[in-house]
Amino acid sequence: MQDSILSLVTFTPALAALILAVFLRGDDEHAQRNAKWVAMFATCATFLASLFILFRFDPLNTGFQFIEEAEWLLGLQYKMGIDGISVLFVMLTTFMMPLVIWASWDVTERVKEYMIAFLLLETLMLGVFCALDLVLFYLFFEAGLIPMFLIIGIWGGKNRIYASFKFFLYTFLGSVLMLVAMVGMFVEAGTTDIEQLLNHQFGSETFSLLGIQIVGGMQTLLFLAFFASFAVKMPMWPVHTWLPDAHVQAPTAGSVVLAAILLKMGGYGFLRFSIPMFPIGSDVMTPLVLWMSAIAIVYTSLVALVQEDMKKLIAYSSVAHMGFVTMGIFAGNQQGIDGAIFQMLSHGFISGALFLCVGVIYDRMHTREIDAYGGLVNRMPAYALIFMLFTMANVGLPGTSGFVGEFLTLMAVFQVNTWVALVATSGVVFSAAYALWLYRRVVMGDLIKESLKSIGDMTRREKAIFAPLVVMTILLGVYPAMALDIIGPTVAQLVDNYQTALSVSEQATRLAMN
Amino acid sequence: MATDLTLILPEVFMACFAMLGLILAVYTSKDGMASQLVWATSAVFLVMAIWIGTTGEGTNVAFDGMFVDDAFSRFCKVAILLSAAAILLMSEGYMADRGILRFEYPMLIVLAVVGMMMMVSAGDLMSLYMGLELQSLALYVVASLRRDSVKSTEAGLKYFVLGALSSGLLLYGASLVYGYSGTTLFSGIIQTAKSGDMSLGLLFGLVFLAAGFAFKVSAVPFHMWTPDVYEGSPTPITAFFATAPKLAAMALFARVMHDAFGSAVRDWQQIIAFLSVLSMFLGAVAAIGQTNIKRLMAFSSIAHMGYALMGLAAGTVLGVQAMLVYMAIYVTMNVGTFAFILMMQRDGQPVTDIASLNLYARREPGRALAMLVLLFSLAGVPPMLGFFGKLYVLRAAYDAGLIWLAVAGVIASVIGAFYYLRIVFFMYFGDETDEVMTGSKSPILSGFLMASATIMVVGIVNMFGIEGAAAFAATALVN
Repeated sequence: MQDSILSLVTFTPALAALILAVFLRGDDEHAQRNAKWVAMFATCATFLASLFILFRFDPLNTGFQFIEEAEWLLGLQYKMGIDGISVLFVMLTTFMMPLVIWASWDVTERVKEYMIAFLLLETLMLGVFCALDLVLFYLFFEAGLIPMFLIIGIWGGKNRIYASFKFFLYTFLGSVLMLVAMVGMFVEAGTTDIEQLLNHQFGSETFSLLGIQIVGGMQTLLFLAFFASFAVKMPMWPVHTWLPDAHVQAPTAGSVVLAAILLKMGGYGFLRFSIPMFPIGSDVMTPLVLWMSAIAIVYTSLVALVQEDMKKLIAYSSVAHMGFVTMGIFAGNQQGIDGAIFQMLSHGFISGALFLCVGVIYDRMHTREIDAYGGLVNRMPAYALIFMLFTMANVGLPGTSGFVGEFLTLMAVFQVNTWVALVATSGVVFSAAYALWLYRRVVMGDLIKESLKSIGDMTRREKAIFAPLVVMTILLGVYPAMALDIIGPTVAQLVDNYQTALSVSEQATRLAMN
Repeated sequence: MATDLTLILPEVFMACFAMLGLILAVYTSKDGMASQLVWATSAVFLVMAIWIGTTGEGTNVAFDGMFVDDAFSRFCKVAILLSAAAILLMSEGYMADRGILRFEYPMLIVLAVVGMMMMVSAGDLMSLYMGLELQSLALYVVASLRRDSVKSTEAGLKYFVLGALSSGLLLYGASLVYGYSGTTLFSGIIQTAKSGDMSLGLLFGLVFLAAGFAFKVSAVPFHMWTPDVYEGSPTPITAFFATAPKLAAMALFARVMHDAFGSAVRDWQQIIAFLSVLSMFLGAVAAIGQTNIKRLMAFSSIAHMGYALMGLAAGTVLGVQAMLVYMAIYVTMNVGTFAFILMMQRDGQPVTDIASLNLYARREPGRALAMLVLLFSLAGVPPMLGFFGKLYVLRAAYDAGLIWLAVAGVIASVIGAFYYLRIVFFMYFGDETDEVMTGSKSPILSGFLMASATIMVVGIVNMFGIEGAAAFAATALVN
């Protein structure tokens, strides 16, 4: 059992999806309820099984654990395993999915297909974080596009067609370049095993291609190919434009999954591939990435200020928060990467909760226009409280998990590039501005809109969905060591390897100069 | 002599079968027994595929090298026979419903298949041309099988005229090759066609031969006939065009390039890489505006041939293996896709308009899901098998140093993904309209659709051993 626990966790939702597809007939009320319960049961079972992984996980072991291996086609392998970087993402995924299913309890259209799509999506997301083979990783990474494409396209809003196509083609274009790079790595290193590739030195001699000097050589090219994919997925400025469209059109549950988990794949990819496998390429591109992050933080915060659609505003704030993540990762030190991972986890809870908050009032009023609301506190006190908590967490108030991630990444980048830190810190101020202003316009003030006079507060189910998220946000905010202890040793090892690789290459250059 | 005949026994047997079938039908009930003939032919194909697949070892030559029987030819023959059998079974109901099930149809298909088997086994320019023409002539006729339809006869005529032109090009190339090497045997040509110091005449011959083959596989810029012929021919015939003949032509292309010009890889690599990149891009871009699903599939097949050619352009064992795997997957996907297209009808009349698929998923969730799997597989999105086909050719191209070709290929695949997604869009995201398509309920078509979709998903576990067989076949060809 312990040998195949990762596969078990990964494929349980897919199995449930298969059961739904094969055995559930009809689309009446009964069938719908069955579909919901099967999905709920499967995601909860997955979460419980993943707790087993968490308890058995040894944080001090910086290598991969729970490894499974089998031969596959073309000299590839089916290899799964997790380390300190991925284990918490697995937990985040299994933790969020039951909430997502529960949040979609009121879906009435094509419920069976809806649940199948989300269950498959969970399998694919878990697969991304567990895969230890390049092509297996790519398989899960890309396949996730299909259910998400359908979720946006079938259950989405008015402009869903445009959003779903943009989402699919944008991310697909980003990742095919990564595929070529993966094929290249396969040919160069003769293996697709991530564990072995981590120890493989890819060439870093400067060469010229079409008359352009490529500093860092092969590593820089590979880095750029992976960057094309992860930057789109993150998303980083300026390739973030698919995200607001996708978020606005996706159904609430789709937005939650997108913000809470799918966006984390980009950051995870940087930590799994770019930094450890192409250290020299990463080093060459670091200034670019840092400045892109800083621009993202400031620019998207400003854009968020003028949004009229709540989901769009939160989507832009996601881009800004992901800017902190990339900034932390490419600071290349312990605080930075710790902070980046922490920020990703905390953003998973916070942005997920914020999209759920929008979903709560959208279900009642069927509009996301900020102007259509105002004074909700009068009729929805519980909602006002929860929304306030997550608004504050989004701003990065100390005591919430949002603060820890932002603080760590800012501190890390301050040591590396003070100017970037300065610009990024101003983004924190802007984030307070847009988030509080949103809160002010939606919740505070007098309830003067006629249509809102009869709006009801959150139901018990809705409150129950938020409870775990509230707990996690505050718990991680007051006791961050809970997560940092698990990721710390692996990150220390990663940073150590990264710095060693850089100093070795620096010495080599110096020797060559002499 | 006796051993020579033993080697070509399957071909001889099938040719005799075609003659006997014709005579039998003419002297008895004519079209009345077309249905039985179709079933019998499929059975013969199946038996032949098993026979060829299970017997035969090593590399044997017959008639002083004019006919080669090796792992490569056996792999291709099995694939050709199986796909032809599948298409025949699929077409029977459709053609009977529309009164175009004539007894000549299965017999012409048998003759075409014999021609294809000759093509993949050719060891000489003469046997090559013989096989190619046998195949082509039979196909020209079936393209215009619907005699009273202007479009169908136009398709047949267009196919014939352009096909004759390409045969002319090919023959001219063959004559040049013969003139400058002094032999028509591939094993003789390879002695003279050494890389670097190939005579200009031989090089010209090679180019003309390649142009002829490019026409047969419908690679850009020799693709113009494809959309019209695909659209005009009866749909089962289109399905046939898209599968077995493409595989046979691609195999023949590989055979000639490696057996006759295998020592001059650098000379033909650029030509094929060029054909490949043009096909991928034109196939992807031109399909975007199509509203007719048959035309769309024509452009899709052009793009797919581009990817297969990418494997061939590598000029290595790995490349040929990738090409074979790609073609096997391509044929399987197309069988399923055309099973779906054959089911598309409204009030008993076939429809080929993509828009008529509006909200198909709500009425037929199972079939829509199968088609969804096939479409994503055609687009090369993981985890479907179509992705692995692309992965194979990409690796082969990268391995051979054609990195630019690999990059161009993946970018073209993104453009191509758009039009496959458009079909998904109609099936799943459309709005309610009155024009409701009532799909046919044929169990055979459903069966092929479901089987093909299942293979696309389950096949990723071990590809049913195709990988190993293709590797074996590729090693036999490239030495």
